[in-house]
Amino acid sequence: MPAKTRLTREQIAQRAALELPDGAYVNLGWGIPNLVAGYLPKGITVYFHSENGILGMGPRAKPGEEDFDQVDAMKVPVTLTPGASFFHQADAHLMTRGGHIDVALLGGFQVSEKGDLANWKIPGSQGPGGIGGAMDIAAGARTLIVCMEHTTKDGAPKIVKQCTYPLSALACVDTIITDLAVIDVEPGGLFLREVAPGWTPEEVHELTGAHLIVRRQIPEMSFA
Amino acid sequence: MKKKLCASLDEAVADIPDGAQIMVGGFGGAGFPNNLIQALARKGAKNITAISNNCGTHDGELGIMFKNNQIKHVVAAFPGPHARYFLERFAAKEVTLELVPQGILCERMRAAAAGLQGFYTTVGVGTEVAVGKEERFLEGNRCILELPIHADYALIKAQTADELGNLTYRLAARNFNPVMAMAAKTTIAEVEEIVPVGAIHPEHVVTPAIFVHRIVQAKGIRYAG
Repeated sequence: MPAKTRLTREQIAQRAALELPDGAYVNLGWGIPNLVAGYLPKGITVYFHSENGILGMGPRAKPGEEDFDQVDAMKVPVTLTPGASFFHQADAHLMTRGGHIDVALLGGFQVSEKGDLANWKIPGSQGPGGIGGAMDIAAGARTLIVCMEHTTKDGAPKIVKQCTYPLSALACVDTIITDLAVIDVEPGGLFLREVAPGWTPEEVHELTGAHLIVRRQIPEMSFA
Repeated sequence: MKKKLCASLDEAVADIPDGAQIMVGGFGGAGFPNNLIQALARKGAKNITAISNNCGTHDGELGIMFKNNQIKHVVAAFPGPHARYFLERFAAKEVTLELVPQGILCERMRAAAAGLQGFYTTVGVGTEVAVGKEERFLEGNRCILELPIHADYALIKAQTADELGNLTYRLAARNFNPVMAMAAKTTIAEVEEIVPVGAIHPEHVVTPAIFVHRIVQAKGIRYAG
């Protein structure tokens, strides 16, 4: 049997964009979350926050129109939306840590069944790793969504009973969106909400390193 | 009136001694006091403790000081993928690193600026960052104690200064600069333009002159990568 198709990174981002409520203040982390801005549904307006002191970030600047004093957290020159503001880094993180950001989307290396997140260092990798703003954002966002592949390149589950990678924050994740599923982290455990088209809950469970609770008929993900 | 204007970059950093603790502004290629960093590299001050978000971009930003082996300890949130000379020195154990969550790095500096002896936070609880730190249960949460970060000097980059030292910044080049300006004993600002006193509208001042001790005019340098 040929391997089933998993979602692309863009499709994960597209699905994640549907989680954003109209009017929300949103922080997008490195990796898949950075793609989410391109998939906002029509009629939804959100305000993107950048940890270096921007609220109201628009799309990337066009070639030739870049201003390198106006960059996002990944060093990419960006545009502004009407009503944008600048502030210093301490206030930018006051917003993340103080519960002012409605939704944060971060990449992840591992998420535990309690919602612990590991996303800043892979054990055995060269160098000291880099925390950046991830710990402040994870600790303080009102809603934290992790977007990542369901398994590592070697096929190991990234959703696990207990994280074995260095932790970013304890019990911080609300929802996990992967190339196979949408999973909610609740006090009772990990609840499977949706599966990728063509996948069954049993197949997703097999590639998950923790127990998934299935409390109803599980629909396939939709993207609009 | 106390004179804050320096005639040259070299004059602005001339008294920075070996072993100094120095905050350095900048994030994502924007707002780095690159001219001051190069002046400090020329001066050759050694055994520096650097406090900065990252650890250089190739030769640029703090890179040149790691290349010259002038830094013995660095406090940073995100050393960065292009911090080549830092990574070499770190692998060779010639430099030590304290990795700090970015917002906590800001607040520890702000605590120093504000005359506070520390604060409790949920950030870092249960992670490597919490190792060796006092833990308390406050408002229903596990918290750790974070202490202030002081510095002898801050090297910062602003867009415009008046001759008193009031500063404005350009776009997102503001980043760490205002909080570092407040936290250090001596703040040295590299600015694109210097204007007469009164030329910056009081409502537009971001860093008030009380926090700025030396001003030097230099055309900003930016490093790609």
